[in-house]
Amino acid sequence: MKIKQLSLFIENKPGAMTAPCKLLADAGINIASLTLADTKFFGVLRLIIKDWEQAKELLEKNNFAVRVTDVVAIEVTHEAGSLSNILAMLDGTDLNVEYMYAFAGPNSKAILIFRFDDPDTAVSKLANAEGMRLLNHDALFA
Amino acid sequence: MSTTCGQFSHPVSAMDFMPRERLRMIQTENLQHMVDISYKNVPLFRQRMDERGVKPEDIKSIDDICKLPFTMKSDLRDTYPYGLFASPMKDVVRLHASSGTTGKPIVVGYTKEDIEDWSYAVARCFAACGVREGDIAQVSYGYGLFTGGLGAHYGLEKLGATVVPASGGNTERQVMLIKDFGVTCIACTPSYFTHLLEVADRMGIDMRELPIRVGVFGAEPWTEEMRAHIEKKAGIKAYDIYGLSEITGPGVGCSCGCGEGLHIFEDLFYPEIIDPQTGEVLPDGEEGELVLSTLSKDAMPMLRYRTRDISKIITEPCACGRTIRRIAKIARRSDDMFIIRGVNVFPSQIEAAIMKVEEVLPVYQIVLTRSHGLDNVEVDIEVNDSLFKDTVSGMEEVKNRISQAIEHTLGIRVFVRMMAPNSIPRSEGKAKRVIDKRDLNEGL
Repeated sequence: MKIKQLSLFIENKPGAMTAPCKLLADAGINIASLTLADTKFFGVLRLIIKDWEQAKELLEKNNFAVRVTDVVAIEVTHEAGSLSNILAMLDGTDLNVEYMYAFAGPNSKAILIFRFDDPDTAVSKLANAEGMRLLNHDALFA
Repeated sequence: MSTTCGQFSHPVSAMDFMPRERLRMIQTENLQHMVDISYKNVPLFRQRMDERGVKPEDIKSIDDICKLPFTMKSDLRDTYPYGLFASPMKDVVRLHASSGTTGKPIVVGYTKEDIEDWSYAVARCFAACGVREGDIAQVSYGYGLFTGGLGAHYGLEKLGATVVPASGGNTERQVMLIKDFGVTCIACTPSYFTHLLEVADRMGIDMRELPIRVGVFGAEPWTEEMRAHIEKKAGIKAYDIYGLSEITGPGVGCSCGCGEGLHIFEDLFYPEIIDPQTGEVLPDGEEGELVLSTLSKDAMPMLRYRTRDISKIITEPCACGRTIRRIAKIARRSDDMFIIRGVNVFPSQIEAAIMKVEEVLPVYQIVLTRSHGLDNVEVDIEVNDSLFKDTVSGMEEVKNRISQAIEHTLGIRVFVRMMAPNSIPRSEGKAKRVIDKRDLNEGL
């Protein structure tokens, strides 16, 4: 029930985001969601992409440092309190969140992307939890 | 002759195994000839000899070499282009020149016999590295005024190998040639070879699966760590070849794969180690500046040339049985050195520190800057698959480990900057490791 996220190293300088995004655009690859972690000198661009293998190959061929990371996608209702509920449930476990981000899905749903330090344990603990809907790759891009 | 490295003995190597007494006689005779023709034909040399009160007949044995004046790189510049030639131009069949970074290049010349001797020296190098007739040898040094390409080419032909004169550049095609031609030996700079490996990787070609088995690398200082990296990544044996245009080009010495260091072809080139400050000759085993004299070069004899390379003479007999002496692998040059806050730093120290942290040698560059009167060292390192972590804290950790390793080695603070892949310019010849941006008048 994990999904693949691509992480990309970019330098913190004007135009650094343009090159990878243009590459994906020219290849007709759509980005479902992204987040950017930045420091003074560099950033890590994280992407959720349906055809992630194709995107990875393309980016690597163009000299980007790319890493594939397992993340967990949780679907919630797009309304006040959904995220807070999920976080409260996570607080009851000893799962450690490294980072997270979210995006709006279809049909008044929202998708929360979590990077746990141990994704496998997270999946096994969360998969059967009451009111928790984990998405696999196909469900996410259905 | 020892049998440990018996596979490396080849008829062309006969002189490498000569009894030392016989070698000394040849050295003495050859040195006397060099001094004679230089004194007769090179005004600068004659003037310096006269100033010291030394006459050619004072050179009675090779040991008297210490009576001769040194030759400096600036002498070649000052007498540009032909001032140090000892043969008339009608006997000079070839010129080479170094890429002078400042002003005029330095020019060197060869007679027909000089080319012959040079080819012979290079052939002995490759023979010591186990290259033979039947080997397919790709020369990826630049062909042209630089001595690397043509020097390696003539030597390999003399040895009877099949030469692929690829020259520098067009790296993807170079990888294709290695694969398609079944290249077994490559000659280039070590930094260019690591670039080749990178490109091969990107092309999905694993060098370890190809017939290539020998790399003969030179023209720039490199480290044992880099050798280990190259050998592992390419599945080849990596040898050192040493030389400089001022003396002849590649072929002054090379490693043999048996023991440490590089054998110097002492019948053709005489090595000394001096204290760079005082100019005094140091005893064998002590580290100092390598000084070389040509013993068989008529167009442009070079006597006691100060190479700026730091090395020492290894006196222990080598397991290969060669009687010619060895010098320690050259990992630094005295003019590579930079001084930061009063500390002498060699790029190779930084390279070795990086490789302590990371198994794979990343592409790196050292940038020196000055702000508010203080010098700063910045080490730019390209992220690669093993260096790139998905989290900022992971990246910071890698960065800190590298900067700590460098600081531990140098004793000064450095700033490590992680760079995007391929953002540092690649060299197709000698790697430019240090960019000095310091404005010494800053703040005035």
